[in-house]
Amino acid sequence: MAYSDKTKQVFADEIVQIKDKGLYKDKRFICSQQGASIKVEFPEGAPQAEVLNFCANNYLGLSNHPDVIAAAHEGLDSRGYGMSSVRFICGTQDIHRTLQDMLSEYLGTEDCLLFPSCMDANAGVFEAVLGQEDVIIADRLIHASLVDGIRLCSAEYDTFKHMNMKHLEKKLQLHQDKRTRLVVTDGVFSMDGDLFPLDEAVALCEKYDAMILVDDSHASGFIGKTGRGVAEHFGVLGKIDIITTTLGKALGGASGGCVAGRKELVELCRQKARPYLFSNSLSPVITAASIKVIELVTKNTERRDKLEWNANYFREQIVEAGLNIRSGDTPIVPVMLFNAKLANDMARDMYAEGIYVIGFFFPVVPNGKARIRVQLSAAHTKEHIDKCVAAFKKIGDKYGILGLDKKGIIDKYGL
Amino acid sequence: MANEMHETILEYVIEEYAEEDDEVTFDTALISSGLVDSFSMVSLKVFLEKKYDIKLPDDEATPEAFDTVNSIVELVLKFKK
Repeated sequence: MAYSDKTKQVFADEIVQIKDKGLYKDKRFICSQQGASIKVEFPEGAPQAEVLNFCANNYLGLSNHPDVIAAAHEGLDSRGYGMSSVRFICGTQDIHRTLQDMLSEYLGTEDCLLFPSCMDANAGVFEAVLGQEDVIIADRLIHASLVDGIRLCSAEYDTFKHMNMKHLEKKLQLHQDKRTRLVVTDGVFSMDGDLFPLDEAVALCEKYDAMILVDDSHASGFIGKTGRGVAEHFGVLGKIDIITTTLGKALGGASGGCVAGRKELVELCRQKARPYLFSNSLSPVITAASIKVIELVTKNTERRDKLEWNANYFREQIVEAGLNIRSGDTPIVPVMLFNAKLANDMARDMYAEGIYVIGFFFPVVPNGKARIRVQLSAAHTKEHIDKCVAAFKKIGDKYGILGLDKKGIIDKYGL
Repeated sequence: MANEMHETILEYVIEEYAEEDDEVTFDTALISSGLVDSFSMVSLKVFLEKKYDIKLPDDEATPEAFDTVNSIVELVLKFKK
């Protein structure tokens, strides 16, 4: 133990720098189940407030679904609490196999392997599958976990402009000398809620002999007619070589992720992916509950349809109220404010109105593109959405931005 | 040679990274201004290595060295025989 004052100061200074840059993340405590309406202690020590939650990834409202909770209890009783092992030693139960088979069928792939999280799946998949003879060609706005995974891999990598198929084609042509090419993208980009044009990308991959990997974390369970993700939305189910996705968002919201895809690629992950080999199995409780989740989302599309209705209704109402949003087809709706301080101040005032939303600004989103990101859930009622829109209208009016376009807001508040 | 290289790299940076209303010159900060993020910077490295038939070691291809067209040219000249 040698934590001298001098050493301590090094870290204390870094924390001050984070605060000075406005990047400090305050503690917020949820004192209830996750859901449309939650009890929150914020700031720390403040009395609990009952607020409507518009910033969770609880897209299908399954985080506290009674059937999912019952399945978790049942899993706990029948298979115990923990495995005390990684998967390949003595950590694989029959229910892990069942869940993998169900996910594989649901996602339209040949095989599937569970990871402790999708962050782990993304950290492990590239290194397991590719080597220095290969190239990864990634969309510039892919999720941070994909960036980390790509950097852990010895393959060369290159990037293309966000969702720009002409630029992707140019990069595919440039890298024809490589053994294999892997195009990497998010299915739905979490900050803007935009859908990657997978049909066009798959056609390019076929033309230039490239594989494609899609992280469908913000899509699995609700994008596409039956919720199977962006591949279903664009009519290319079964043509995606690797899908990584999470059980921590729409599909129950606890934790866990997977790599699903071509048989050989999944097998290589089973043999070589370090987060799979060196971290514990998904707990029996989460595994059992996730089986129930897949049963629920396969049985009918009720929740996914409700979510779609909620997202469309919110989009219509918020535009009518005079706010500026990025158009799209997903339950992620960025209310654009451009100025970081404005986004932060408005999110704070929304909380005082009983609406829990967060302002996002650089470096989470590009400079000058600050916004409040609203996420809809199937658990929201029409009344919840009306209350959220009314609060935006009141706070937007307070800041004088209703009816202003991008230029109007920037003229008033700067970038 | 250096002038031609300046023009070639500037042209690439504009085509690869700039949006319509971005004004980019030889001195424009690329990385520190946020115009090019550290992940996308690799495309520039790939381009330089292919175009000038050089290998830029990771400890030299830093965000500082890639921050302006002028500094990029300096870096390329250092490795181009």
